[in-house]
Amino acid sequence: MKVDWLTFWPRIVEATGETLIMVIATLIFGSIIGLAIGLLLFVTRENNILENKLVFRILNIFINIIRPIPFIIFLVAISQLTRIVVGTTIGTAAAIFPMTIVASFVVARVVENNLISIDPGVIEAAQAMGASPLRIIFTVLIPEALGPLIMGLTFVSISLIDFSAVAGTVGGGGLGHIAMTYGYQRFDGSVMIVTVVILILMVQLAQWIGNKLSRKVMRR
Amino acid sequence: MIEFKNISKTFSLGKREVHAVKDVSLTIKKGEVFGIIGFSGAGKSTLLRLVNMLERPTTGSVFIQDVDVNTLSAKDLRTQRRNIGMIFQDFNLFNSRTVSGNIAYPLKLAGLPKSEIEKRVQELLNFVGLADKAKDYPDQLSGGQKQRVGIARALATSPDILICDEATSALDPDTTADILQLLKKANKDLGITILLITHEMHVIQTICDKVAVMEDGEVIESGDVFDTFTDPQHATTKRFIRSVQQDLPSKKLLDEWRLKGGTQLYRVIFKGDIASDPVLSQVTRSHGVDFNIVYGSIRELQERFFGNLLVSFVGEPIAISKVLKELQAIVDIEEVADIES
Repeated sequence: MKVDWLTFWPRIVEATGETLIMVIATLIFGSIIGLAIGLLLFVTRENNILENKLVFRILNIFINIIRPIPFIIFLVAISQLTRIVVGTTIGTAAAIFPMTIVASFVVARVVENNLISIDPGVIEAAQAMGASPLRIIFTVLIPEALGPLIMGLTFVSISLIDFSAVAGTVGGGGLGHIAMTYGYQRFDGSVMIVTVVILILMVQLAQWIGNKLSRKVMRR
Repeated sequence: MIEFKNISKTFSLGKREVHAVKDVSLTIKKGEVFGIIGFSGAGKSTLLRLVNMLERPTTGSVFIQDVDVNTLSAKDLRTQRRNIGMIFQDFNLFNSRTVSGNIAYPLKLAGLPKSEIEKRVQELLNFVGLADKAKDYPDQLSGGQKQRVGIARALATSPDILICDEATSALDPDTTADILQLLKKANKDLGITILLITHEMHVIQTICDKVAVMEDGEVIESGDVFDTFTDPQHATTKRFIRSVQQDLPSKKLLDEWRLKGGTQLYRVIFKGDIASDPVLSQVTRSHGVDFNIVYGSIRELQERFFGNLLVSFVGEPIAISKVLKELQAIVDIEEVADIES
């Protein structure tokens, strides 16, 4: 049975909105948490400004446990926790929770990798001028790595569009849900095409915004 | 001003221990330009970082204006660091900030109000001659300009001490000369005490008053630059001096000279006023001996004359030995052995 496009468009718009909410909310929460973890990971490294072997190892192990798990399995595996925290395992809000967890750890690695590329001499210079570790984090580390960080976050947000579609198939709503129910289970190719086109446009838009922003801060 | 007291620093690299600095004691007085020279790995960079506790000593202490820096709390150390400007071989500027932004950074740390920061940044830009580059980013500058920004940034909080980590090693000779002049100007005009490390004797010769030579973590020789240059004690010191002043002709030329029947060569060293007196000709004339200057130079060092000549004498052997004896009382003179290398 094919959908009636006259009445179906509002569903598509609604689903697009749900996907955008999932992606943007996750990006915001995931970036904040991920930035914090990534910074902590970097500054607690050996010979760094707040060297702490224990904190560094625990964070490192955590990231290495969470990251390799395929998202669809992670989603199902923590569903009990999702129920406790969000109250339900169905819907957009329920999808944002596991997405945020995964995104946080991905962002943490992205942040750490970009911070490592900062010349240690610049950090030493700030220390020599009498800057405190917290001051160095906010006035040296983040500004110096901002351009590549934005590129990294762009990359993450594109993965999030992917994650949102996965979450959609297991009750998360959004375009992924539409594509699965109408396009895959009811063999309506037109729905599949429309959702795929919208997803492609989203990815393009995210990349374009990311490029613009990073170019602006890197002045190139 | 700065006093190293029996200071040592040992790094552990896995199971191996590296003794970067071994029992060094040095005193740097207010207003001095003090240079530490050594080959790479001599420990000079570690020693420099002990001044502002970027490295902590394993044993011994560093006193700055009679305060043991290692005993300061984290907060007091940060305040102390504002009194010690530092410049680096690779400049270490903040690429995300403009020239002005870089210079303003330490002033912001010190908590100055915005209007005062702007005024001070302008003064510093003028001092280092970069007033037209205020809004440029570091990647738009040449190496020399970057180091000028580094110097302005280091001088921003009007520190009493400036420490320089191979500040000219990444620069070409012309730019090196400019930067050294700027450092000298900071020393003369602002009275800032400068401690620098380098592997170039040229730097020591150009701006330092005092020098310490480091090898294998130890200070093997130290003193006035003039004394060290004119009377080096240690082989390494002699090597460094030879890098800026060739004190022997090449083996080829010397062999040729000897083949043509050249007699024993003597090195005659004149220091200060004696270099402008007609010593050689007076002494030789009185004994009926001729002298022949084969090689050498008379130069200015630390605003004093310094002559280093290779001389041969022609005449009766007895007369020559009398000449030598008489000269020994006035100048430094020694036989030149075969060339070492």
